[in-house]
Order: sequence, then structure tokens, then C-alpha cells
Amino acid sequence: MSEALKVPTMAEYLAQGKVPEVLFWVGCAGSFDDRAKKITKAFVKILNNCDINFAVLGTEESCSGDPAKRAGNEFLFQMQAMTNIQVLDGYNIKKIVTTCPHCFNTLKNEYPGLGGHYKVMHHTQFLKDLLNEGRLKVEGGKFKGKRITFHDPCYLGRANNEYEAPRDLLKKLEVELIEMRRCKTNGLCCGAGGAQMFKDAEAGDKEINIERTEEALETKPSIIATGCPFCNTMVTDGVKSKEKETDVKVLDIAEMIINAENLTS
Amino acid sequence: MQYIPNILFLIIVVFGAGFFIKNCKKIIRNINLGQKIDPIDHKKTRWKNVLRIAFGQSKMVARPLSGFLHIIVYVGFIIINIEVLEIIIDGLFGTHRIFSGLGVFYDILIGSFEVLAFLVLLSVILFWIRRNFKRIKRFWSPEMEGWPKNDANIILYFEMILMSLFLLMNVTDYQLQLLGADHYNRAGSFPVSSYLLPIFENLSESSLIILERTAWWLHIIGIFIFLNYLYYSKHLHILLAFPNVYYGSVEAKGKFKNLESVTNEVKMMMDPNIDPFAVPSSEVEVPAKFGVSDVLDLNRTQLLNAYTCTECGRCTSNCPANQTGKKLSPRKIMMDTRDRLEEIGRNIDKNGEFKNDNNQLLDNYITREELWACTTCNACVESCPISINPLSIIMEMRQYLVMEQSAAPNELNISMTNIENNGAPWPYNQMDRLNWKKD
Ligand code: SF4
Ligand code: SF4
Repeated sequence: MSEALKVPTMAEYLAQGKVPEVLFWVGCAGSFDDRAKKITKAFVKILNNCDINFAVLGTEESCSGDPAKRAGNEFLFQMQAMTNIQVLDGYNIKKIVTTCPHCFNTLKNEYPGLGGHYKVMHHTQFLKDLLNEGRLKVEGGKFKGKRITFHDPCYLGRANNEYEAPRDLLKKLEVELIEMRRCKTNGLCCGAGGAQMFKDAEAGDKEINIERTEEALETKPSIIATGCPFCNTMVTDGVKSKEKETDVKVLDIAEMIINAENLTS
Repeated sequence: MQYIPNILFLIIVVFGAGFFIKNCKKIIRNINLGQKIDPIDHKKTRWKNVLRIAFGQSKMVARPLSGFLHIIVYVGFIIINIEVLEIIIDGLFGTHRIFSGLGVFYDILIGSFEVLAFLVLLSVILFWIRRNFKRIKRFWSPEMEGWPKNDANIILYFEMILMSLFLLMNVTDYQLQLLGADHYNRAGSFPVSSYLLPIFENLSESSLIILERTAWWLHIIGIFIFLNYLYYSKHLHILLAFPNVYYGSVEAKGKFKNLESVTNEVKMMMDPNIDPFAVPSSEVEVPAKFGVSDVLDLNRTQLLNAYTCTECGRCTSNCPANQTGKKLSPRKIMMDTRDRLEEIGRNIDKNGEFKNDNNQLLDNYITREELWACTTCNACVESCPISINPLSIIMEMRQYLVMEQSAAPNELNISMTNIENNGAPWPYNQMDRLNWKKD
């Protein structure tokens, strides 16, 4: 990244007596995983380009608790959730955007029952809103006419019925969207959900991410687009194991928008 | 003497219905062994779901061929049952085709029953061929071996026999009407069985009457046997799908329940006003059991789910774990739950109350390997045509493993320790959380 990113924290905002429009919840993968960090930066770059007043929690952010909850550790999940709610409420946060569908789902659906009420958006929904409000302009640029398939993250799609926001953005990029055999409500999991990301799979005859990658490759795409750092890792690994990484890129929609090079704000 | 058939019929009705009611009561008792559910909210949405998903079978179109055939069988079965009402009245009062006074309307009614019966017969034969000769994967999973497979076929044979008897009864009746036999007044239209007339043309009136009566009796007896067979089969969904859809979740599929007993404890732990070293007060609640190890820990909706499951395998055929050869099969989760609940029911029948049998859902029915293979992707929940949620059972059993037994796979334990210590599933320091900005 050439120009420096502007990433203000909530603490900095508070010190200046200002309130940001939205909190960007980065998530653990977005903070620490090398591949996911690129997605984080791409999204921040879009926010910077569109002059969005946003802030992050920085070192005050902690795991949303999603992997603990799906692993069955309700104690740890609720400890994480309540600690996070204290921090969020301390800053009087109203609106949250996140690039991780798992954080998105748990913040949106499971925090309210523990006292945390926020308007929570996945970044593709947020970007679509910016687009509709005319604050973000997306044009085809270098993806125009390219064959691209979109992998629905389970926690964005089936879990929260959001299938259109990412596809609308792809349409704006003027790509040739080729759907996989199993897509939208029928989409096949990448294999990472339910805390599977953090353990080896049980014995079987195939890895789930390979099954999914094979299906994605059947569409002969130049890019497999997705909207989840975990799906991204799983499918990237799949593409590598098929030795297709030179022909097929796995990109988050935020990265595609920033790479389209025609971004104007 | 002339009343013997009526009395015989009454006995059949009383026994058929009585036995059925007895089994219904057993199901209700067993379901009520489960944990209470929260008060029912969103009633409007629930009724809409019943109309759309249960009556409208909106989820069956995902697989067009079987969906289409299923709708024929379903509509046929429901409508033809109007005829059963007539049969029962005729049987009790010794009348013959009591509704025939309806005139043209009766003709239309009987005509449509005939067409439907024919279509049902055809669909059921196609279903039978599909199930037994086309190797559709979801019908050949390990959990379908033995009884479940026979059960599915028995139901198909039942429907074939009932529909054939219905048509046989009509064609002989029609032939008798044409012959002008006593009691057999001209009534009804027979668009299907009229094609069968030539077969019966040369039979004498008395043999026709014997045939007609036999078909009539066997048909109604068959219906009562079928009704009572339901309890022992996977076919309860024809009744339970409706309440099951009503009680199904109306929330986002990603929203998993927060355990209230845990919330209370976490709140206590986080409350700065509570002295952590204080001697626990005398009225400390008996610690609840966290999660599920046996069916009685499940809630009533989950137990209703288990009775409603029709073992169609749509869930399993969409399950990423199952598709890649793991042991997990969401259909098996539902079948195991029902089998174990039935076992407990029999235990209660025998002993008056539940006597510990050193058996439980976890390990004896559902293995840990199955539970840990789930990605919580919700594909099973999405694909179930009658709003069953196998995932909720998997999740709650995991909760038991982790919170009561600390028996998570080791790598998961490491991740959870990381979350506890440094707020991320990986061993990075929380203080480094913003470092991405710099590199
Ligand atoms: S939620 Fe679990 S059981 Fe259901 S389809 Fe997904 S992996 Fe299979
Ligand atoms: S749970 Fe639903 S989809 Fe799965 S076998 Fe039972 S009825 Fe079919």
C-alpha cells in the first residue's frame, strides 16, 4: 500500500470529543492472519477514499466469541460477548461494520440477548449502501467482462439471508458472474465454520474445501470472489492444492473494488 | 342378523380409532418428557409458515421431480379421504353411497377421486422404482439399512394396495350400476375405472357383489391399519409436519440460543459488586446441567422434530461433512433421537416411571466423531422440507462435551485457551491487534 492508511481508534475519537459514523470491527482473522489483513486494509482504503468517519477498537477489541460458541463453550462465548459489550457500550457505539461474517452474525444475532444492541452490517452490505447513497462509485475497470464466481459464506448467506449485496457489487464491477452448481441457499460450506478452522477434520474421503474448490473451478473462473476471511483461506488452500494459483485468484469483494483501479469517491 | 355388518363395522372403527388415539397419547406424553419451550411468539409468521411450508410444500420444489410426485400423493391422499367419510357413514348405517344425493357435484367428486387415485398409484410406483432401483445416494446411507428401508417400502406398498382397492371397488360398483343391480343406483362418474370395465364384463352379478364388497371392506380396514401403522413408521410427518412447522424457528438461522443458566453465572462473575471470596450463600441454585447428553435434556420442539422426521435424507445429502465421507449425517441425528426417545417411552410403559438403563443419546447412539464433524453451516436446516433443525441438537451435545466433560478435541482446547488469555483463537498478543496497520 503506497499511501498511509488512516485508521483512527475509538479512544482517539473520544479524546477529541468526536463520534464516528461507524465502528469497523476488524475481527481476529482480519487483525492477525496475513491473508485476511490484506482484506482489512483494502476495506480501510475504500473507507479512506470515501471519507468515511470510522474508527476501530484496536487493542480494545477482543474475539467476538463465535468460535467458542460453535465449539460448544458457551461460558467462554458469553464472557467474551459481555466484555465486548461493555467496551462497545462504553463508547456508545450504535453501528458496526465488519469484514467477517462470523463476527457479523454473532454481533447481530447473539449479542442482543446479552444486552448488546447495535446495527450490524457486513462490509458488502455497507458498501452497497455507500453505493446507493452515491458516496462510493464502482466501475468495471480491470474486472470488466472477467469470469468470476462467488462463494457464499454460510454465515452471510444461509445464516442471515444476504445473497444479493455481494452480487450487486460484483455486477457493478461489470464481471461475468458465473454461479456454481450449489449457490445461495444451496451453497456448500468451505469447511471452516463451527470452529472447524481451528482443528483437523474428522476422518472422511475428502476435505470439504477441496470439494468446494473443485466446484468453483468447474466454472472456469479467473477469480473466485468471497466475503469471508475464513472462506478465503479455505478456498485459497484448495486452489493451491489443485496447483491453479497462477490462473485463479481468490479475492474478497473489498479487494476487487480497490483493485478495479477506477475507484472514485 | 341384518345388522351384523354394521356392528362389525362399528367394532372396526372403535378399535381402529381407539388404538390410534392411544398411540397419539403416547407420542404426546413422550414429547412432553422434554424441556419446556419459551412462550410462542410471532404467531402470525408461524401460521404463514404452516400455510406456505406445510400446506404449500414450498420447500419440496427444490427437487422438482420428487417434489411434483409428492404433491400428487399428498393432494390425492387428502382429497380421497373425503371419500372415507362417506364410507364410514355407509358402513355404520348400511347405506350405499350416501352422498350420491349431491347429484352432479357427486359425479365431479367421485370423478376427481378416481383421477387422483390413478395419479397417486402412478406416483407411488415411480417412487418405489426410484427408491429401489435408482441408486439415489440419500436412500442408501448406512442409517437406512434394515428397518428404515423396509418401512419406506411398506408405506409405498400400502398406498399401492389402497389405491388399487379403491379403483376395484369403483369399477365393480359401476358395473353393478350398469347391470341395474339392487342397491347400486346410478351415481358418480368413473373416468378411470370405466376403462377397466371390460375385465369385469362377463362376471355374474353375485360375483361382482362379492368383489365389490370385498374391495370395500379391505379398503376401509386398510385405511385403519395404515392409520395405526403411522406410529411405528417414519410416516408420522403427514400429521406432525403441521405442528412441527408451526413450532419451528422464525429467527435468522445463524442465531443460536444463548444459554440462560450460563448468562446468570457469567453476570455474577463479571459483577464488580460481588465479592469473589465471599462464602457462597445458602440459597445457591443446584448447578444446572449444561448441554445435552440424553434426549430428556432436549426441548419439546426438538423431540417433536424427531417424531416428524420422515427420513428423506435431504439434510444429509446437502451436508458438507457427509458429502466428504465423514460419519456425520443430520438425518441419523434425528433418527437416533427418536429411537432413544422411544426406548425411554417403552421403559416408562414397563416400569411406570423412567428407570435408569445405563444408556444415553451421547456415545450409545450419537458418537463424538459425528458431533465434531459439523461445520454449523445450516445446510441441513435449510434443506429440511418440514422445518426440522438437526443442528441445534448437535450444538447442544457439543456444549455438554465441552462444559460438562472438557472433552473438546485438543486443538480446539488450545484455541479456546488462546481466546481466554489473549482474546484471539491464535497465540497473538491482544496488544498487537492494530499492528496490521503498520506492516
Ligand atoms: S450444519 Fe452440520 S450437520 Fe447440518 S449440514 Fe452443516 S455440517 Fe452437516
Ligand atoms: S430432518 Fe428433514 S430433511 Fe432430514 S431426513 Fe428428516 S425430514 Fe428429511
